[in-house]
Amino acid sequence: MTTTVSRPGAKRAAIAARTLRTDRWWLAPLITFAGLSAWVLYATVRVFMHKWYYVPDFHYLTPFYSPCLTDRCVEGSAEFGTPLPSFWLIPEAAFTLPFLLLFRLTCYYYRKAYYRAFWLSPPACAVPDAHAKYTGETRFPLVFQNLHRYAFYAATIISVINTWDAIRSFGTGFGLGNVILTANVVMLWAYTLSCHSCRHIAGGRLKHFSKHPVRYRFWTFVSKLNARHMLLAWVTLGTLALTDFYVMALAAGWWPDLRFIS
Amino acid sequence: MSRHFRVWRGDSSGGEIRDYDVDVNDGEVVLDIIHRIQATQAPDLACRWNCKAGKCGSCSMEINGKPRLGCMTRMSTFEESETVTITPLRAFPVIRDLVTDVSFNYTKARETPAFSPPEGLAPGEYRMQQIDVERSQEFRKCIECFLCQNTCHVVRDHEENKEAFSGPRSFIRAAELDMHPLDARSDRKEYAQAHQGLGYCNITKCCSEVCPEHIKITDNAIIPLKERVVDRRYDPLVWLGRKIFRRDQLAEAPQVGAGPDAHLDVGEMLSTQSGGPSPFGDDQTFPLTEITYQHPAPGSPSRDS
Repeated sequence: MTTTVSRPGAKRAAIAARTLRTDRWWLAPLITFAGLSAWVLYATVRVFMHKWYYVPDFHYLTPFYSPCLTDRCVEGSAEFGTPLPSFWLIPEAAFTLPFLLLFRLTCYYYRKAYYRAFWLSPPACAVPDAHAKYTGETRFPLVFQNLHRYAFYAATIISVINTWDAIRSFGTGFGLGNVILTANVVMLWAYTLSCHSCRHIAGGRLKHFSKHPVRYRFWTFVSKLNARHMLLAWVTLGTLALTDFYVMALAAGWWPDLRFIS
Repeated sequence: MSRHFRVWRGDSSGGEIRDYDVDVNDGEVVLDIIHRIQATQAPDLACRWNCKAGKCGSCSMEINGKPRLGCMTRMSTFEESETVTITPLRAFPVIRDLVTDVSFNYTKARETPAFSPPEGLAPGEYRMQQIDVERSQEFRKCIECFLCQNTCHVVRDHEENKEAFSGPRSFIRAAELDMHPLDARSDRKEYAQAHQGLGYCNITKCCSEVCPEHIKITDNAIIPLKERVVDRRYDPLVWLGRKIFRRDQLAEAPQVGAGPDAHLDVGEMLSTQSGGPSPFGDDQTFPLTEITYQHPAPGSPSRDS
């Protein structure tokens, strides 16, 4: 049996500087930190605002309130009944938002983003991480990152509900709100299907692609989307906020909807 | 034109960054500059290198703090007035100057269970479809420069994790074999999770960022491997299904060549020929006596026309 040369007690090079990187390595985590923080702040405010989420004339329902399930849902906005009480801490979409949050929190892209930007573990490549000890995702609570697959299943169901919201809004004609709602749903589907768990379920788990030609084609399709998972993650944050803001503006009466066909 | 360089000089007992002013010509790479420093100013500067073409993986170093190959980092990517700082890989013990002891990676390689063909199939009888092996082929591009191992913060910033964590290089090997159509081992997922420290990876993707072969280490190897572990360990539906259908007793794959310490022998030392089993079968001698193709007669029409 061969052995490799081992030099017990050998030390690493004594380099004083924590990092010798000269580029602006801090810029990407800074942008990520600012972008994600701003979005979370906006979404939190909106979710607990409990108003301006539905435009009855055109059936526009913001994705932050879909499906609307509390007693305070305005008429026409609740498609699936109102089993929840009107307590201010309960969001209108209390059955879906936790799963969407879980889906994004455990997403393989967002994990990279917040481990770098928020947890500084590490802030950038070859820049030392900010913690004395590190056990990664081997223990509670981070071992629960492995639940991503279940969040993906839930997100698929929620995408169907969002799709229904977009379809329903076409019942009263066609306006700019329809375009925004539909674009949002298309991007949500693209983000959901580009998920790494979806790629694994579609065909990544197979050992023999040749025995499963249909799944192989689906896997190839998802793989192409998956290469853009980070882009889609940011695009959907943008479309979600834009859709919500547009619906809020219409519901609050800040401006009227631009109608193409009434 | 003379430019300013800073190079770490020293050994495991200590060292410092020293300054050098060196001429730089058009088209040169950082390794050329190292060689010029050796030739003109510091003949004792130690540096490991071989091919100077980005294929041997020897000249791994840190250039302006980034893990790079010296031979693939063009001087034209720096400003003319920019000082270039060259240091050895930080994650491994230093031997001298820019040469580090990368034996950690070889130890981890030996702990990875080797390819295990199905029983009764001899070398030479392997038949695979391209579509089935193409995923694994991406990982075969690895030149073992160990830049990924060096940049991974799990061991770079936490020496104590070296025992439990094998690193991205080992994970692409594990993924390659787990995706291999003819590999008979069924416990690679459990092994990656329990013995290679797959859970330590928090997918911050630095390994993919520094890979000079542009292998998508995280997206194509580590995440699929994590998902495969989820299949086995964290998916209650799969767990229930396996309990109900009694598929929880996974067939034990033979431990090919594993010693009592569960480490694997290096193939070349045991085989009668160097380089492992021949794809033509070990019973073949060269030149082949039975020629399986015919030379076209001069002037005969080509099959393609």
